[in-house]
Amino acid sequence: MQWILPDGASTFAGDIDFLYYVILVITGIAFLVVELGLLWFAVKYRARPGRRATYTHGSLRAEIVWTAIPAVSVVVLGLMSGGVWNHVKGRDSVPAEALPYRVLARQFEWHVTHPGPDGQLDTPDDFTIRNQLHMPVDRPIVVHLAAEDVIHSFFVPAFRVKQDAVPGMEIPVWFEATKAGRFELACAELCGLGHYRMGAEVMVHAADEFASWTAAQAAARTQ
Amino acid sequence: MRAAWLVIGTMTAVGCGGGGEQAASGGGESATQATLAPLGTGTISGMVMFTGTAPANPAIDMREEPHCAAMYGGQPTDPVVVVKDGHLANVFVRVTGGLPAGPYPRPAAAPKVDQVGCLYHPRVLGVMTGQALTIANSDSLLHNIKAVPTTNRGFNVSQPRAGMTREHVFNQAEIMVPLECNVHGWMKAYVGVVDHPYFAVSSESGTFSIGGLPPGTYQLEAWHERFGTKTGEVTIGADGKGTVSFTYAATS
Amino acid sequence: MTTVAHPSEHATHAGHELPFIRKYIFSTDHKIIGIQFLLMSLVFLFVGGLLAMLIRWQQAYPGAAIPGAAVLPETMAPGGILLPEFYNSLVTMHGTFMIFFAIMPLLVGVFGNYLIPLKIGAPDMAFPRINMWSFWIAVPAGILMLAGFFVEGGHAAAGWTSYAPLSANPEFSGVYAGQKLWLLSIAILGLSSILGATNYITTVVNMRAPGMTWFRLPLSIWALFITAILVLLAIPILSGAAIMLFFDQTIGTHFFAPAGGGQPLLWQHLFWYFGHPEVYILILPAMGMVSDIIANGSRKPIFGYHSMVYAIIAIAFLGWVVWGHHMFQSGMNPTLGMGFMISTLLIAVPSAIKTFNWMGTMWQGSIRFHVPMLHAISFVAMFVIGGLSGVFMASTPVDIYIHDTYFIVAHIHYVLFGGSLFALFAAITFWYPKMFGRMMSPFWGKVHWLLTFVFFNLTFFPMHSLGVYGHMRRIYDPTQYEFLQPLMGLNKFITVSALLLFASQAIFVVNFISSWFRGAKAPDNPWEDNGLEWTVASPPPHGNFAGVPTVHHGPYEFSAPGVAEDYLPQSSPARTAVPRTEGRRAEP
Repeated sequence: MQWILPDGASTFAGDIDFLYYVILVITGIAFLVVELGLLWFAVKYRARPGRRATYTHGSLRAEIVWTAIPAVSVVVLGLMSGGVWNHVKGRDSVPAEALPYRVLARQFEWHVTHPGPDGQLDTPDDFTIRNQLHMPVDRPIVVHLAAEDVIHSFFVPAFRVKQDAVPGMEIPVWFEATKAGRFELACAELCGLGHYRMGAEVMVHAADEFASWTAAQAAARTQ
Repeated sequence: MRAAWLVIGTMTAVGCGGGGEQAASGGGESATQATLAPLGTGTISGMVMFTGTAPANPAIDMREEPHCAAMYGGQPTDPVVVVKDGHLANVFVRVTGGLPAGPYPRPAAAPKVDQVGCLYHPRVLGVMTGQALTIANSDSLLHNIKAVPTTNRGFNVSQPRAGMTREHVFNQAEIMVPLECNVHGWMKAYVGVVDHPYFAVSSESGTFSIGGLPPGTYQLEAWHERFGTKTGEVTIGADGKGTVSFTYAATS
Repeated sequence: MTTVAHPSEHATHAGHELPFIRKYIFSTDHKIIGIQFLLMSLVFLFVGGLLAMLIRWQQAYPGAAIPGAAVLPETMAPGGILLPEFYNSLVTMHGTFMIFFAIMPLLVGVFGNYLIPLKIGAPDMAFPRINMWSFWIAVPAGILMLAGFFVEGGHAAAGWTSYAPLSANPEFSGVYAGQKLWLLSIAILGLSSILGATNYITTVVNMRAPGMTWFRLPLSIWALFITAILVLLAIPILSGAAIMLFFDQTIGTHFFAPAGGGQPLLWQHLFWYFGHPEVYILILPAMGMVSDIIANGSRKPIFGYHSMVYAIIAIAFLGWVVWGHHMFQSGMNPTLGMGFMISTLLIAVPSAIKTFNWMGTMWQGSIRFHVPMLHAISFVAMFVIGGLSGVFMASTPVDIYIHDTYFIVAHIHYVLFGGSLFALFAAITFWYPKMFGRMMSPFWGKVHWLLTFVFFNLTFFPMHSLGVYGHMRRIYDPTQYEFLQPLMGLNKFITVSALLLFASQAIFVVNFISSWFRGAKAPDNPWEDNGLEWTVASPPPHGNFAGVPTVHHGPYEFSAPGVAEDYLPQSSPARTAVPRTEGRRAEP
């Protein structure tokens, strides 16, 4: 059994993983209390000749205790989660300096429009690659996510990023990779018979390598 | 009890639409076609010419499918325009007028489209209404085959393994029914569905031939996915021969 | 309340023999209707399980031919190899059958029908003919749903949630009549549920026997009553949404298609506005029946009866304001996520109260480990896991990662199999003697329980790990992704466990069928329980009670001081002053 999350590779992966472990500990304790309690009661209070069950209808004190403890725990958890949620998904939380991308999901491909050397979308040096997203390390990017036909979901496990792509909507998704290398992008929302094949790769380059790669791509496409 | 069955019957009928009928009529038609004798012994021989410089075909980035990419020496391209020595291939030609009344026999050749190296082979083909089109996959990876017709009923099926085949019957004449693969967005094929067997596709040398016709004058139409349609006329004489040619020019 | 409103058909209660078809087929007797629902739902439970086996095979051995599956047509599995489109249909229909045609009718249709009149001391439902129709409308719905497998284009393949536009546009799915049949069947089944719910609510409100006050109702009846209210309010939303989607498919409306100005998220809002109350429709009756059985098995009054009732009501109420937690990653405004997260986390509180009260009931009990009790304890143990795993996805940031992964699959199965289905095994084995007048074999019952408990956990617990690795759900072939390849060993382990889990159910089937004919004759009250249904013959006669019973006690007066036996039927004349004050422990 594996309860340890695989390595994260984005700036907020650590925050999400921390919350996960906090919940794991809290629920782990509750799990042990209940399961061991059930087991203990089952053994200790099994029917035996000559013993009668205690006649009781309950205890107000016990009810208050086991209402209050979960209530306080979930409120604390909610407050902790709220901050991280706003940081990751809040509409105002996209960093201003994020490099913009446009991703169009369609059955069963990801069409990734890169901003080109000028770092801006909707300029002539943009270029679109199928099933590949190239990005620099240690710099936030924002993906303007759209879908052409049905709902897809943009899922990069290592970045702890997941966002549905909805036809008729454009949804900004930002993240900042902290490691260079190749990562997998998967479609996480059932989108038809080729859903399981709707993968792509995310290539995270060092800054200078990314600049030269972008320049080469743009040059190749203007010829 | 009877009321319940009535409800089911009605619902099923509503839900199924015309699918069942189409399949049934298709089966019956092909059974009679198979036994019909040809209308004649004449043959139209034709040639499709191309003038000017053929446009370059788009490159296909096949890196994600090494299995397919390995089949091509260099950069694979999408064979939209295939021109060789001034001859244009993949032009679909059919008889549009001058035919005697049917019924018509079914073509001798069984139509088949194969998926090899993440491209359709052939790219352009014709089938007769009611005739089974065989779709095969020779690649050991997933292709889906989505037909996007306008008058026929569409379908969207998959073949995740090499060696899989399935058949499909179109029941309405339609020029052309596009086939596409959504896993490999570049993959395109075109099926011309004709309600008679008098059609052909130009070869790499630009030639085509349509046989089994009695002497007479026929109108023809040629179709190319990039350059559109052209019409022509041909007469098959008493010797059973008629020749025709179409000329496409590079669009500026 | 001194008189009981009898249903209109006085004559049929007089005891004269009805012809076979009126007695067993088009019966208006709530007990026969309950048994009809039981048999139909168990068939669908089997079908749903069978589909799950095909899904599991494909997860462990993607693309390998399934032994014996070559009989399937080439549009499903050429040469025994499942096609992706058929796999999607399997995933869709497994969920559909299990939720709409197995768990929901088993809980609501079977036990709502069977238990409500018997447990409140009524001769039948308030509207027996409507009750008959609620079953006979469900039958064509089931046939339509099965018919979808045999139409061109295959069955619905957009998931049991049928997210638009995949479900709305055949061009995107390749599914034509299948999805339409699905929608029609759901709309028709909805009518059946609404008829049933109307009946349950009316019956509980109007037909309780004298002395059966609200706070003397067994928790099973409280839960079924609240569930019926949820059904009545939630199902029309689904039916409406299904009709809208049907129009999108057939007459060219664009409710969910952006091309015509529609909004795909509207479907999700409508579906989950129904769907989350639906989750509680699928668990509240289970909780109620488990409460009855745990009190019986522990020979103790239920711990904190009033807080159990309030917890049911709280869950039912909060269940209406949490639907957005299915949509955190859907593109819904993220600010809404905050509100839905808080309401979702809060719903953990009444669930925790119920869990601790069940434990409190066992505490200092004198526990009899009969088969229903084993299943009921397992319900608590498994429901807790499902509840706790829910906290992960309630936390919006963690949900970003685990949404649409196998973590969710593990969660829903711990709630619906570990929870609802264990409760159903408890309920079926508990009330079987009353329904059929025969005892099920306790030995084979225990063997079935043990194997089910073990293989259930071996099947579904490792799915949490798949989710922790990011394994997406509804994936035809996980080996397509590098990061999933190390998980194939685990996938095989799960599949073997699932096959064994499925095979173990044969014991239940055989025990169920053979006990019907060859089981020991059941006494009136085999479990020494307090409910009114145990004061009449097994099975009870048409009309249930010889006269109108009078209720003197709450439903859980086990081991009461001053009573010789360790149980006290609700209709027994009072033999002792029973302290009823909750919050003060009554020492023996």
